[in-house]
Amino acid sequence: MRNPSALGDILVLGEVRSGRLHRATLELTSKARSLADALGGEVSTLLMYDRIDRDPPTIVHYGADRVICVRDERLRLFDQEVQSTILSFVIDRTGPGIVLAPATTSGRTVMPAVAAMVGTGLTADCTGLEIETDSGLLLQTRPAIGGNIMATITTPDKRPQMATVRPRTFAIPEPDPGREGRVVEMALPDRCFESRVKPLGHEASPGDDVNIQDRDVIISGGKGMKREENFRLLRELAELLDGGVGASRAAVDNKWIAYSHQVGLSGKVVAPKAYFAVGISGSVQHLAGMQTAGLVVAINKDPEAPIFRAADIGLCGDLFDIVPRLIEGLRNRKGASG
Amino acid sequence: MRIAVLIKQVPDSDDVRMDEVTGTMIREGAGAMINPLDLHALQEALTIRSYQGGEVVALSMGPPQAEAALREALALGADDVVFLSDPRFAASDTWATARTLASACEKTGPYDLILAGEKATDGETGQVGPEVAVMLGFPFSTYVSRVEFDGCGSVKVSRTVEDGIERQKLPLPCLLTVLRDINEPALPTLSGKKAARRAALTVQGMGSLGLSPNEAGLAGSPTRVRRTFRPSIARSPRIFKAGDIDEGIAALFDELEDRGLIDERGSS
Repeated sequence: MRNPSALGDILVLGEVRSGRLHRATLELTSKARSLADALGGEVSTLLMYDRIDRDPPTIVHYGADRVICVRDERLRLFDQEVQSTILSFVIDRTGPGIVLAPATTSGRTVMPAVAAMVGTGLTADCTGLEIETDSGLLLQTRPAIGGNIMATITTPDKRPQMATVRPRTFAIPEPDPGREGRVVEMALPDRCFESRVKPLGHEASPGDDVNIQDRDVIISGGKGMKREENFRLLRELAELLDGGVGASRAAVDNKWIAYSHQVGLSGKVVAPKAYFAVGISGSVQHLAGMQTAGLVVAINKDPEAPIFRAADIGLCGDLFDIVPRLIEGLRNRKGASG
Repeated sequence: MRIAVLIKQVPDSDDVRMDEVTGTMIREGAGAMINPLDLHALQEALTIRSYQGGEVVALSMGPPQAEAALREALALGADDVVFLSDPRFAASDTWATARTLASACEKTGPYDLILAGEKATDGETGQVGPEVAVMLGFPFSTYVSRVEFDGCGSVKVSRTVEDGIERQKLPLPCLLTVLRDINEPALPTLSGKKAARRAALTVQGMGSLGLSPNEAGLAGSPTRVRRTFRPSIARSPRIFKAGDIDEGIAALFDELEDRGLIDERGSS
């Protein structure tokens, strides 16, 4: 143990990608605040960037006691080796009992490397975090086996306790402009920036490819969509609900939509606030990928389709009749109130 | 070039059944298969071998029945396999699994390249690859959707991330975890299948890897599963048919509104 007095402290690995602060940074900072309060510890949020679209001091308003800024031109492009070295350096300096990071591609790359460097446990993709009253241990809850079972995991002896957390698991509270905290510019030794990885460039792709796991609403299409062009209907509906478009394996196998949209055990496991299964019969492997969603809506013409048993609301009929009516209904509502 | 491929046997997702009462997956009697992303890792290794020459070795840790995954790797074209199986490996978390695989890579290496799937369909952690890399002191990359050799002892990769594609260059030896987009896995050949059936598999345990009991299995795992429970997903479906669709749509809009999912300001 490095510094037992600091073991109630929590370090949040913030994420800045192409100059933009990821919302999960604020979600985790505020969640860390409530966890640290239970432990009587401090919250530090670490940001590594070359430029940022938000004033670092404002992160204090979401619950940080300290915002540790590492600003360096060498952080313009993502380099997992540099980020891992810096995070383990900061862990070594500050001795937190808990380290949290968003379960993004960056967090899921840097955190396992750091867990191996530091020699501690790491729990992936948590959807629940709390402090156990008696032991003070971090209870890390995550979906296992495609969301069929939830597992609560602890790291009893090694420190820090490390977890990546699925974005949008925790809400961002209203900022408290009266909160006080400090911003620390941490100067790091040059060796922290040494890397065998050489970043060559970054090409942004169109917005359609955003990770559907980050969406509050997902509209998924299956075999019943019949052809690629018909996904236009789902995109229209998704846009009105500020959601993303998902798909069953059948739709992806037919090349109607890219694999990154596939929901199910063989694709992505999702838990949005609302999930629409359109023209999807509901194979076990699909159900396993979405059954923990908040509201489940099934639209299918086959009254015997298993998806209806896994739904809250089932609209049994022709999707090419129902979906346009949903689109029209949403448009009217917006028109009436806007 | 010697290439190691880390593979994991997982339950066949086409084969799982659901317990109608509890909503949990029934794994007993379900078939097993190579984790799909690991098949892409193996295919990439075979493709690289086809133009760089060399040898492809598949490594897997698992219970005795995981031998089938390694035989399949042989059938697909792997030159050799390393089977890590020991009752004391049971209940390994990602750290202990990585420790075991890293020891096996050291013992059977040196390797110029190590490939693995980005994550497995059962645990979905994606942690073992980067952990193995750090334990071996290898540079690594993840979410790799394209690999190119420049012939100068390094490799260029494309990573598919949330907002696009990142390109990186890494020196060899290194470890890469790959995505499905990287290639289209081929099917096993008849001669491959025959060879796979005949092959004698040796099993490596904790002793032959030189691991101490506190480095592997449950004892070597920093994390513990405290409890497992079923998420409460009981639903009472309200099904609306032909004449009731309008009523159903109204009920749906009410639900969306209650959950704050309809943007009434019309900002979009």
